[in-house]
Amino acid sequence: MIAALLLVPTLTGLLCFALRADSGRRAVLLLAALVHAGLTVTTWWQLPAPMLNDWLQLDAPGRVFLTITSVLFLAAAVYSLGYLRQETHVTRTDIEEGFLFANAPEATFTGCLLLFLAAMTLVTCSHRFGLLWVAIEMTTLVSAPLIYFHRHHRSLEAAWKYLMICSVGIALALLGNFFLAVAATNPGGEPIPLVLGDLVREAAHLHPTWLKAAFLLLLVGYGTKMGLAPLHTWLPDAHSEAPSVVSALLSGALLNCAFLGILRAQQVCSAAGQAAFGQDLLVGFGLLSIAVAAIFIVGQSDYKRMLAYSSVEHMGILSLGVGLGGAATFGSLLHAVNHSLTKAMLFLAAGNILTVYRSKSTTEVRGVLHVLPTSGALWIVGFLAITGSPPFGLFLSELTIVKAAIDQGRVGVVAAFLTLLMAIFIGMAAVVLRMAQGTPPDRPQPLTSQSESLLSTLPAAALAGIVLLLGLYLPPFLTQALETAAQALR
Amino acid sequence: MTTWSDTALILLVLTDFSLLGSTRLGACIRFVAFQGVLLGVLTLTAHEEMLSLRSVTLAIISSGLKGAAFPWLLLRALQAANVRREIEPFVGYNLSLAIGTVALLASLWLSSRLPLPSPLVSPLLVPVALFTSFTGLFLIIARKKALTQVVGYLVMENGIYAFGVGTVPDTPLLVELGVLLDVFVAVFVMGIAVFHISRQFDHIDTDQLAVLKD
Repeated sequence: MIAALLLVPTLTGLLCFALRADSGRRAVLLLAALVHAGLTVTTWWQLPAPMLNDWLQLDAPGRVFLTITSVLFLAAAVYSLGYLRQETHVTRTDIEEGFLFANAPEATFTGCLLLFLAAMTLVTCSHRFGLLWVAIEMTTLVSAPLIYFHRHHRSLEAAWKYLMICSVGIALALLGNFFLAVAATNPGGEPIPLVLGDLVREAAHLHPTWLKAAFLLLLVGYGTKMGLAPLHTWLPDAHSEAPSVVSALLSGALLNCAFLGILRAQQVCSAAGQAAFGQDLLVGFGLLSIAVAAIFIVGQSDYKRMLAYSSVEHMGILSLGVGLGGAATFGSLLHAVNHSLTKAMLFLAAGNILTVYRSKSTTEVRGVLHVLPTSGALWIVGFLAITGSPPFGLFLSELTIVKAAIDQGRVGVVAAFLTLLMAIFIGMAAVVLRMAQGTPPDRPQPLTSQSESLLSTLPAAALAGIVLLLGLYLPPFLTQALETAAQALR
Repeated sequence: MTTWSDTALILLVLTDFSLLGSTRLGACIRFVAFQGVLLGVLTLTAHEEMLSLRSVTLAIISSGLKGAAFPWLLLRALQAANVRREIEPFVGYNLSLAIGTVALLASLWLSSRLPLPSPLVSPLLVPVALFTSFTGLFLIIARKKALTQVVGYLVMENGIYAFGVGTVPDTPLLVELGVLLDVFVAVFVMGIAVFHISRQFDHIDTDQLAVLKD
């Protein structure tokens, strides 16, 4: 089962490089996404059997993140059918500086997209720390060509920064893995294998100093990938220059995968009785990320960068929730689900706006509701959801985190958290509402109301529907899965 | 065994200093290649027991990749980019060497603060590994050419690899090979990026990659 989950995207990804016809590749992309989603759904009936001496197994947190990844990928695959149709084989004019550029070959795009899915699937089911590292580094390497899909100097700059910063961060995480191995040498006995289950079971024998050092390095390393401030600098560049559908996957699925790496490390730490050490660091990084995001969201002039900083904010919230522990851990995992769906939907809507307006500037885009009724509506719905307004799912998860913090009597954290959320709400409201309303700008050809293709709106609308549903009704199977996952982290 | 390991570790420190003080990109790449060979020696000699199949395989593959494949890829990228030297780095060469000395002392101090649960082949291993990683990180930050940054990434990776080989005897071969494969793909992708940067900008100075900011 796990083998099938890994092999389907890997083989179809490689197949895409071999296929000649664009239409064939697109069909393969959609088919692979459907099969992967189908396989993922079946894991909810029965957890697949572990493979390779428990190195590969799907547990409760892994399954939650795998499901998010798979659902987002399906939405992204449907969206890219429409996207690729308008992007291929043409020399295009850059929207900011007006020079001509071409795109990377479509095979690179679909192939890397599928390999990206394979790497993320491997992240969610790796229980061996070394393998987890290999998988997370792999996600960086196969997604770099996706960021450089539009072949011009800005996306090249973004891809270079992404490669360099994330690789250095992940190299630190490798050092963290070796530190963990030293912590697990267990003098006077057999070394503990670096498999999550074994480490948690024999956590009492881990060397505390080396374990702490290992956690710190893993947090910094995977935190770079996750976009925690101050290690987030690659994130706004990559998200603003990548095609919107890639941004949706980066933000919704990839950041979660890095978060899972940190969760695994925290799980070992708390089993070894060092939970407080990790939690304090997580709360610190979390609040700093939210604060940095608030500073850059207010007055942001590029709406894709605004969404990227919003991702930094929400990664901060996830880190804060796990750092607070207790009921907030559940809130944090629920928030991961909600944020992924909402952010992906916002990036897809932003992609539709970008295609028609050909501008990423928040001041030049006006009257989206008039020109693109469906995308405009989704844009506003997405804004309400992402800022945690009721009745959407993010309201529920943020409330859970705040309530847990109040119960623990951490007034300072609650005050800072709520103030920053308020600032972000105001900052985003100013941008989003101004873009949605008003009259469309006068261009050489005035923008008038356009009919939108179903391929471009349906994925985002479906994701919006799920987020709304999660706010109104949490299905018991999801609550139970998140409870189990949160239990493991206590 | 210890003599061999010590020799390899001391040569590793010397190549680090050569990298910090060298202006020619071609020479930098050759120093990294030499480090790759040294790591192969270290893999074979780091543990007291007799040579195992595992360590021989690992030594051959790692020195093959780090000592031959990576330098070859980088030299090709160098030819494509048509540059010879690193001119006006962010941090000058004399200062770099001075910082390197301080970093070496700091690594010695740091490793004395981290007592290992079990004794190693050489007391030099941890400080040298930390110093090599630091050298790599410093090269990434302090140099302007994209290619030198890739070299820096490799040096950093070499330091981490030396730490792993010396301290963790029984990492499964599969994981080690996965790590090496990842680094290989990383250098490959970075090499392609360097090629694109040189075509796009007619040079490989990364300080020109500064359009995107808030």
